[in-house]
Amino acid sequence: MSNNARSAILERLRKAPKKPIPDLPPWSPYVTTTESAFDRFRRMITAVKGEVIETSRANLAATIRQVLADKQASNLLYAPNTDIGKTLDKAWAAEPGPRLVPYDKPIEDLKSVIVNDIDAGITSTMGAIADTGSLIVWPSVDEPRLMSLVPPIHIAVLEVSKMFDSFPEAVAKLGWNKKPPGNTLLISGPSKTADIEGILCFGVHGPKQLVVLAITD
Amino acid sequence: MAQISHDFEHAAIKALGNKQLRTNFRRVMTGLINKRAALFPDPDELQALRARGAAIKDRALAKLPDLLVQLEQNLIANGFHVHWAESVDEGNKIILDILRKANARTIIKGKSMVSEEMHFNHFLEENGVQALESDLGEYIIQLAGEGPSHIVMPAIHKNKDEIGRLFQEKIAGQPYTEDPDELTDAARRVLRQLFANADCGFSGVNFAAADTGSLVLMSNEGNGRMSTHLPSMHIALMGVEKVIERLEDVAPLISLACRSATGQAITTYVNIISGPRRGNEKDGPKEVHLVLLDNGRTKIYNDPELRQGLRCIRCAACMNHCPVYTRIGGHAYQYTYPGPIGEILNPQMQGIEKAGDVLHASSLCGRCSEVCPVKIPLAELIVRLRREAIRPAGTAVKGGGSRNSSVENVVWFGWKTMYASPLLYRWGTWWLRKIGNLLPSGIPLLKQWTSVRSKPQFASRSIYDLARERGIRDE
Repeated sequence: MSNNARSAILERLRKAPKKPIPDLPPWSPYVTTTESAFDRFRRMITAVKGEVIETSRANLAATIRQVLADKQASNLLYAPNTDIGKTLDKAWAAEPGPRLVPYDKPIEDLKSVIVNDIDAGITSTMGAIADTGSLIVWPSVDEPRLMSLVPPIHIAVLEVSKMFDSFPEAVAKLGWNKKPPGNTLLISGPSKTADIEGILCFGVHGPKQLVVLAITD
Repeated sequence: MAQISHDFEHAAIKALGNKQLRTNFRRVMTGLINKRAALFPDPDELQALRARGAAIKDRALAKLPDLLVQLEQNLIANGFHVHWAESVDEGNKIILDILRKANARTIIKGKSMVSEEMHFNHFLEENGVQALESDLGEYIIQLAGEGPSHIVMPAIHKNKDEIGRLFQEKIAGQPYTEDPDELTDAARRVLRQLFANADCGFSGVNFAAADTGSLVLMSNEGNGRMSTHLPSMHIALMGVEKVIERLEDVAPLISLACRSATGQAITTYVNIISGPRRGNEKDGPKEVHLVLLDNGRTKIYNDPELRQGLRCIRCAACMNHCPVYTRIGGHAYQYTYPGPIGEILNPQMQGIEKAGDVLHASSLCGRCSEVCPVKIPLAELIVRLRREAIRPAGTAVKGGGSRNSSVENVVWFGWKTMYASPLLYRWGTWWLRKIGNLLPSGIPLLKQWTSVRSKPQFASRSIYDLARERGIRDE
């Protein structure tokens, strides 16, 4: 049945009158300022309630500790095999903080914990896009998809050296169009809706708060 | 005129009498119009972006059969299962078979207008599968047992008091509140458990990139991600016209869609799905299916003029700006797609005999064509379809039939001549501004016109003068 539908649909499309294939007229993303890419990113993402905190590699663990304290988070979902994860393990071994919960098992074994018990999650990013104020997040074996989605607070670590002006630039430079991972994301602020009377509310299904830790060195 | 079974006129009259409904729509549409305008401050940039967006879609449509084959190959290489459906019934059956094979009893849905086209939820319920909507707006109308009244903001016909009462009645333990934040929290609590327990996630598709074999989904709430990351299976549904050549082409289209729809630079999430859970990955669906639906699209494609309607990226700008839609709301149209885009799609999908009367829900003011981000000439296509609608009876009634009036013919001739000549137009409107208000309402034609309406007032200065004075550009 499926095969019949396939050939019937393709045949109808092939028999239809041909139209010329137009050239793409020139277009470049709209930039009206002379700000740096990072400043543009920061302006865009804070306009939609994302928070940006500048820090350094050496101070990363201390900054995370401070954010968790400010937000009164009692635990943090983290990826133990990543650089961030190792930094956290080392820092917490020296001085314990809010409980670190490793995402080290398939979701089927962790579902209840991740859906119900986690306050905050931390992930790395592949960089960010200035035009739209978007973080580029590529979930992986170590940093699964749900880490940046289910916890009410998402902490994202951005290396300021990895800024892109536009999405097409990021596609080209990251090889996004070669063999992309199963899931890749642009994240531009915390979850939001305007479905009730067009009034803006934050944190519908995804995080209520998004904190970007920008590493400047 | 062909026999029309579907009663738009009565529904429209009823909607016009509903003051609350008109208030709700007017408020939100004005907000959306202003937000869009604020995000397009530079008319040159807007026109360049529209030209780019329209060309991306036109290129994709010109190569459509080849791109669909390329998309299918790359999706399969990425680990997707691809299905093709000619009709709504076939699409529903394919999805039910997938669900039955996986023994799935509940699905949680991200927003999908194509699934509304298929009356999918109803079909699944009849076959023992529970389909739960998770977009906040869709969740609200599912609780209320209604259909969407807007393609981007489906529950926009309801105000917060109505939603407060609905939640109090339908959600166990929920007290009445009209605070949107508290209502949103209540929905979050309920839906979170439904996401965790659903057997299958379901979504629509905004764009499909043929070069990478990827599905691109835009969402602000994150329900689109929840539905496609958390359950162990994901079924996506898309119309065959959604494919584009390259992943990077989504950038201008996202910019157009988000700025036109809700006045945002981008949605919170752009979720690009290029395969199921792989290797040792810890989450994501183990199986991803894509169903490609025709449901009349290849017929639309067959007509080079009407094919332009397939460029649509479902941003809803045409309805937000439509003076008719704003006054009657989406339900009066009685079909999946309301507003100008619905006036084009529904008669073509359902047949003009059945759905042709929605073609009259337009004053042809042309705002829809002007704001459409992919330059669909909506008003022109509405006129084209109106011609189709009267063609079968075209020889039976000539020139207005028994009500034909020679005075009216002379006036129409004069109007036509005047509007065809800039000089005559300026001369004529100059005189009407001076003496128009002195014309007695008893003269022929004006007498018939004013029997049920108030007499038109001529302004002392033309709208062109006022616009020129304000520096408004001619787009």
